[in-house]
This record gives sequence, C-alpha cells and structure tokens, in this order.
Amino acid sequence: MRLNRVALYGLLIVAAFMLMAPVLIMISTSLKPMSEIRGGSIFALPTDPTFAAWGKAWFGDCTQAVGDVCQGLSSSFMTSVRIVIPALILSVGLGSVTGYALAAWRVPGANLLFAALLVGMFIPPQVTLYPLIILVRELGLFGSISGLVLVHVIWGVAFTTMMFRNFFKTVPQDLLKAARIDGAGFWPLFWYVMLPLSLPILGVAMILQFTYIWNDFLLGLTFGGRSGQPMTVALNNLVGSQFGEKEYNVDMAATMLTALPTLAVYLLSGRLFVRGIAAGAVKG
Amino acid sequence: MVEPAHLAARRQHPDRRWWRPDWTARVALIPALIITIVCFYGFIVWTFIISLTRSRLLPVYNFTGFDQYARLFANERWWTSMQNLAIHGCLFIGGCVVIGYGLAILIDRGVRGEGLFRTMFMMPLSMSFIVTGVIWQWVMNPTLGLQEAVRDLGWVTFEFNWIVRQDRSIYTLAIAGIWQQVGLCMALFLAGLRNVDPNIWKASRVDGIPVWRVYLHIITPMMRTVFFTVFILMSAIVMKAFDLVVALTGGGPGFSSDLPARFVVDHILNRQELGMGAAGAFVLLCTVLAVISPYIYFELRKARGAH
Repeated sequence: MRLNRVALYGLLIVAAFMLMAPVLIMISTSLKPMSEIRGGSIFALPTDPTFAAWGKAWFGDCTQAVGDVCQGLSSSFMTSVRIVIPALILSVGLGSVTGYALAAWRVPGANLLFAALLVGMFIPPQVTLYPLIILVRELGLFGSISGLVLVHVIWGVAFTTMMFRNFFKTVPQDLLKAARIDGAGFWPLFWYVMLPLSLPILGVAMILQFTYIWNDFLLGLTFGGRSGQPMTVALNNLVGSQFGEKEYNVDMAATMLTALPTLAVYLLSGRLFVRGIAAGAVKG
Repeated sequence: MVEPAHLAARRQHPDRRWWRPDWTARVALIPALIITIVCFYGFIVWTFIISLTRSRLLPVYNFTGFDQYARLFANERWWTSMQNLAIHGCLFIGGCVVIGYGLAILIDRGVRGEGLFRTMFMMPLSMSFIVTGVIWQWVMNPTLGLQEAVRDLGWVTFEFNWIVRQDRSIYTLAIAGIWQQVGLCMALFLAGLRNVDPNIWKASRVDGIPVWRVYLHIITPMMRTVFFTVFILMSAIVMKAFDLVVALTGGGPGFSSDLPARFVVDHILNRQELGMGAAGAFVLLCTVLAVISPYIYFELRKARGAH
C-alpha cells in the first residue's frame, strides 16, 4: 500500500514536471544571453541571469531599427489593453442582460433565440470572417480599436449569454414572482435582484472573456491592420520575421510578456477560472 | 423608475399580469437578435453565396454553381490539410482523453497538495495558442532545443527533429496541443469522478476488487457522458485550430502540417481566392456540424427540460 502511494506521488510529480518544463524553459531562456544559449543546453539554468532580453522585447531594439520601426511589444500591449477593457465590459454587459431577458421574462421565441446562439458558439470564425470584414469596413472601423472591440463583442455574446442564461434559470421562480408582484420592472429586477445574485457568474464570465480576448489571434490579425495589432499578433510577427541572427532569448521574453496577463489572472482567480473554462471551451 | 400609474395597473390585476412580458425585455433582446440573425446565420449564408461565385480578390456575384467546390476537391493542399485534420484530430483528442483521464484518476486517489497539482496541470490553458506554439517551437528547435540537449547528455544519436521534417511535422501539433488542453480534460474527468457514488467504492472494497478493476469495469462505463462532452469540446477546438499551426510550424515544411482552418484564412486573406476560401469554410462548417449535432441536440433537450 505504501509502495502504491509512492508510485502515485511519483507519477503526479513527473506529470507536473513535464507540464511545467516548457514554461520553465521559456523563463530560463529569456534570462540568458545569446552566447549561453548557443553554447549550452535548454535545460541548463542561466549562469548569469540578465533581463536584457526582456528590455529588448518590451522597448524594441533601436540599434537595428528598420526605418522608424523601433517598437517592442510595449505599444501592442497598450493596444491589447485598449481592446480588452471595452470589449470585456460590453460583451459581459450585453450577455448578462440578454441572458436575464431570456431566462426571467416570457418573450416569444426566447428558446429559439437561445438555441440559435448556442449553435452559433460552435461556428468556426473562418466561416463568417469575410462578411464580417465587409461589415467592419462599411462601418469605417477597419484597422481601428473600435472595430476590434465590435468584433469581439459579436463573437463573445453567445458565450456570455449562455453563461448568464443558464445561471438565471436556476434562480427560483418564486423570487421573480414576488419581485414582479411588488411592481419591479425589467431594469429594477435586473439591478437589485438578479445582478447581485449573479456575482460569481459575473466573475467567471469576466475572467474567461478576458482570457479569450487577450489570447485571440485570428480577429486581431484580420481586423487590426497595422495600427491595431494586439500583442499576440505582434508576438507572432516578432518571432516569425527577424532579420539577421535569431534572438531566442528576446523571443522567449516576448512570449513571457504576452502570457503574463492571462497567467496572472489564472493564478489569482483559481477556482473561478476552472468553473468557467468547461462551459467556454467550445468557443473559438 | 416605475411610474405610479403603471404600478397601479399592475396591482389591479396581479394574478394575470405578473408574468406579462414587459416590452423592455423584448427591446433588450434586440442586439443579441441582430447579432444572431445577421452576424451568425446571415453571414453563413453570405459566405455560402460567395462560394458559388467566381470571386477572387473581392466578392463578385457572377455565379458558377459548384465550380469552387470542384476546384477545392481537386486541390492537393486541401486534401493534405483534411488528412492532417484527421491525423491531428485523432492524436490530439486521443491524447487529451487518455492523459487527462489518467491524471484525473491519480488526483482522485486522494493526494495531498491536490490544489497545487491541479493548478500546475491547468496552467497552460490560460496561455494563448500563439504562446504555446512559440514555446514549443523553441523546445523542438532541432539545433538548440531538446534534441541537442539530449545529445549533450551523451545520447549522441538521439533524434527529435520532427518540426522540420515533412513526414513528422503534423505530430508536433498534437504534442503542443495536448500540452495546452490536457488540463481541461483532467478537470472535466475529475468533476465526473467526484460525482461517483461513494457507496460503489465501499462495496468494491468489501468485495476485495482491485482499484484498477473498479476504474476499468465500473467507473469508466459510468463516465460515458463525460467522455462524450470531452470528445465534443476537443473536436470543436481541433477543427478551429488556426493559431497553433501558424505559431508552431507555419503549416510547413511546405504544406505538410497545414490544417483546413489555415487553408481557408490563407485563401481568403492572402491568396485572393475568396470563392475557394469560402467553399473551404463551408465544408469546414459542415464537418463541425456533423460532429457536434448530437451534442447540441442533448444540450437543447436539457435546456428545454430546465424550463
């Protein structure tokens, strides 16, 4: 029996190590100078840790600047922030109101609309990509932050609606009945009864939407143009097209910088993330 | 916020009126309704229409019937990508299910530091496919990565250069993909295992059945629906897989690790083959629907039941 326990912990530790190894390698590589990378193993820890590569990834390398391009990831980080915040608030806000209207009010065709949204969550984004480009272009939002926000709201609303609708369906009907008999209309019922009840789900939806929007690549690539590049797109460009010798330490530092915001949210949110991720996994 | 007259009217007929739809509820649904009708289903129809035309750089509406589909099915790169989807799909889903279930069982045996292990197993999930692709591209780098590290340890004939080999690059996608998604499968399986009636364990202990047999013959058959959910979720991820290919292999070497989702985006955005790209997108959609329709059927039945 004791041998079994040892084997159990052994297996778990090996699995944990294998899953963590790539992240540790990324961090360790980002702290090495290039000479050490060329000379040593990827498993070796940096002998003389330096944040030089991090600085280069964040601020850009102005000594090798092509034209006036001397930007690291800092500008695309700001772009990502400016996309995520409004897109997050709008998609979660719209999803909560829609989910509430579908769950707590009798609207003809509510079930049909919900079914249509649920199926819509599975549509690969590639299928509606070109018409969406035309829509955003006709609105004059192509290549702008507002255009990307709009696209993220369109793509996010099915997921957020589903989360809130399923939660509001579990609220006892008697509670709604009582509030309505007391004369609460659509908005008072939402603000004073339903929204306070839904705080955990609100947290889950915010965390998941933050992760999805921050991690998005396809929409940023398609709708960002030159000026609206989010961090994932900038990272892919940085890694994909480097002139001269490839600087793996800068690549890894840039990767780490891109991963840090969602990683931090994950580590801080713990169980809320786990709760939502299963429901949201179907989303692209 | 509520007008007194309005309120009074309600009070007069509370029984009849308490459930009456407020017009506000209908108005509140308008944005979602527009998005669903226009941006989901309208745009699918639009893409289908484009796929019936000769459109190249821009949509033109001179119809050619199903010519673009004929061109698509005669396109070697399309078939490579479809074949890759099948290979990658089987490896990725199979790997996630087997490893994820294994990890869930290990954790379910009751270990200390369960939270810590779970946090570590699920950490890759919070990172984007782009980040995952870039990390693994570095780990699998043939000159400075894992291959070289193992050779330095003394195993000089060790080979792990799949990422630059035409006949192996597709497998690297599964490695990186499983790494990222296995934590999700683990979490879903673990939730399922925690729902198992504890009396089953008590009874099997009384009967002296070995633990592995309980899992294999009793618990696993009980987890049918969890397996089904995991399969559907992972299939949905696989069929949309675009970012990971772009960041890890760029579809290469050549088109040896191309996937349909990347084929479609490439033809629509870069190759000025809008018509064929739209045809590919539509075929992709049909594939997705074929796989997930049983799931949607169950979900909707559940939703109706909860009503």
